[in-house]
Amino acid sequence: MDYINAFWVGGLICALVQILLDKTKLLPGRVMVLLVCTGAVLGSVGIYNKLMDFAGAGASVPLLGFGNLLWKGVKKAIGEQGFIGIFMGGFTSSAVGISAALIFAYLASLIFKPKMKN
Amino acid sequence: MVKVMATAAEQEKQKKAKEYEKYVKQVTPTHSLFKNMCRAFLCGGAICVLGQGIMNFCMSQGLDKEISGGWTSLILVLLSVLCTGFNIYPKIAKWGGAGTLVPITGFANSVAAPAIEYQKEGQVFGIGCKIFIIAGPVILYGILTSAALGAIYYVLKLWGIVG
Amino acid sequence: MTEVRKQTIGKQSIQFEHAVHILSGASIVGKKEGDGPLGKCFDVIGGEDGMFGCQSWEEAESVLQKEAVSMAIGKAELENWQIRTIYVGDLLAQTIASSFGIIGFDTPVYGLYGACATMGEALSLSSMSVAAGYGDYVVAVTSSHFGSAEKEFRFPLGYGNQRPLSATWTVTGSGACVLGTKGGKARITGITTGKIIDFGLKDSLNMGACMAPAACDTIYQNMMDFNRMPEDYDRIITGDLGEVGQHILFDMMKEKGFDIEKQHMDCGIEIYDKESQDTHAGGSGCGCSAVTFASYILPKIEKGEWKRVLFVPTGALLSKVSYNEGKSVPGIAQAVVVEHC
Repeated sequence: MDYINAFWVGGLICALVQILLDKTKLLPGRVMVLLVCTGAVLGSVGIYNKLMDFAGAGASVPLLGFGNLLWKGVKKAIGEQGFIGIFMGGFTSSAVGISAALIFAYLASLIFKPKMKN
Repeated sequence: MVKVMATAAEQEKQKKAKEYEKYVKQVTPTHSLFKNMCRAFLCGGAICVLGQGIMNFCMSQGLDKEISGGWTSLILVLLSVLCTGFNIYPKIAKWGGAGTLVPITGFANSVAAPAIEYQKEGQVFGIGCKIFIIAGPVILYGILTSAALGAIYYVLKLWGIVG
Repeated sequence: MTEVRKQTIGKQSIQFEHAVHILSGASIVGKKEGDGPLGKCFDVIGGEDGMFGCQSWEEAESVLQKEAVSMAIGKAELENWQIRTIYVGDLLAQTIASSFGIIGFDTPVYGLYGACATMGEALSLSSMSVAAGYGDYVVAVTSSHFGSAEKEFRFPLGYGNQRPLSATWTVTGSGACVLGTKGGKARITGITTGKIIDFGLKDSLNMGACMAPAACDTIYQNMMDFNRMPEDYDRIITGDLGEVGQHILFDMMKEKGFDIEKQHMDCGIEIYDKESQDTHAGGSGCGCSAVTFASYILPKIEKGEWKRVLFVPTGALLSKVSYNEGKSVPGIAQAVVVEHC
């Protein structure tokens, strides 16, 4: 069951974003920014956690989930450390995703060459 | 007087630009939105299912939810970077559209693609700077938004409004 | 004091007293262009990787230019030292591909930027200098490369995105022509210099629509200045309007009372097969019109299949900065009248 929910919720988020891409002049980069910010906001008002409980990876894998993760990190850090947590939590919680992307991408740049599209 | 005339001409120009834009929109063919949405749905859904699979496997190994989420991100990012390196990701993206952009794999692709492309321009100003060309804004505004929300949360917490 | 003989005609055109001869044309293209409908026409076709034996897209583009110029000079049976000036341009920032492409010829150079209309600009200026007696032999050459252009103006190539149907595909290739006072079977009899035309469009992924008003303006002005009708040309050939731009051009010309549908051809539409090659609206880039002219249009004129052609490369004027700052994308078109002789 969790696979089905992950599939349709994740798919639905993507399909809705496709409308944004096709119907507006928003470039992919702007859409990504929008998703992460929206995810943080949805997280802060408590909606996103409920969605994650329901859809699992269907909610955590899209970039909205990344935004939510940032917010959760900030909230947790504020709870534990107080004010300084505002500056601490975001990077702590997103560390794996960002580090993995940077490290693997760097390694890829050592191995792979630019290729033509066709 | 001259200024008034200038603004009138300006308005006329803007009106013409709007009309032309409307006309261009009419004559420009577009992709079928429905077809694109279906593809995005399938592609995005499939990536999420893959994520769920990794997640479930990690949990079955006795890892807690947070660590499992970390592993899921890690593996998806790795797969995406490999697909980018082998030039497969752009092909999937051409078909899947938002289905490949929205998942974390799209984020990883946006980091790996410039890293590979700009290697010729050097370690620091090539790869170092350009690696953030698309992902940088995502990180900046993500951190900014979450910190702003955190600040509000902190104040509300001080006042005892939230727990 | 001798009087300078006037060769201008109408508002924006020049009619040469002595037509300038095109001695030769040569082209080199990438694999995708080689696979296209015009594939057989090109002199050299590159390999799958698009690198032409180089380490980067930019170096590859320079090599394209070098090869195209060498071949054109060779076909004209000349030596490098006989070339008085080279008029060269490309799409990269500070037209750097041209600088490194031409450096080895040890020849005086004028570097040009006219976006994708650069081949029209290069042919115009080089024919003007020959007609004025500023050189017996000059070369006009431009280039573009899909990899370097994509990197310069859009995304890194490995980045996954969807292109709208109005988008064009930058041609990998370089075309060069040698012009002189005599010889060859084609000649440039006149030119019409284009104005920058801005209809306020901001969509850089619909360049055909940005350039069509400029193409219309230049073609119309050419017919006014020379007092000609569309029928006076065997072909009116635009550079890279693509399908969308062609549609708009037809509409606009009709509004002005001219029907050019029978004569019109667009290099961008000709160079790819849009069904099998998935290029959407067509080809673009200053290599697009250059290679099509040097290897497809010029031979047809030389053979006499076409007696008189109006060649109108079109360009969309934008930079990364102007685009980010929300500026519109104006267009420009440079017309050259080429006749069989």
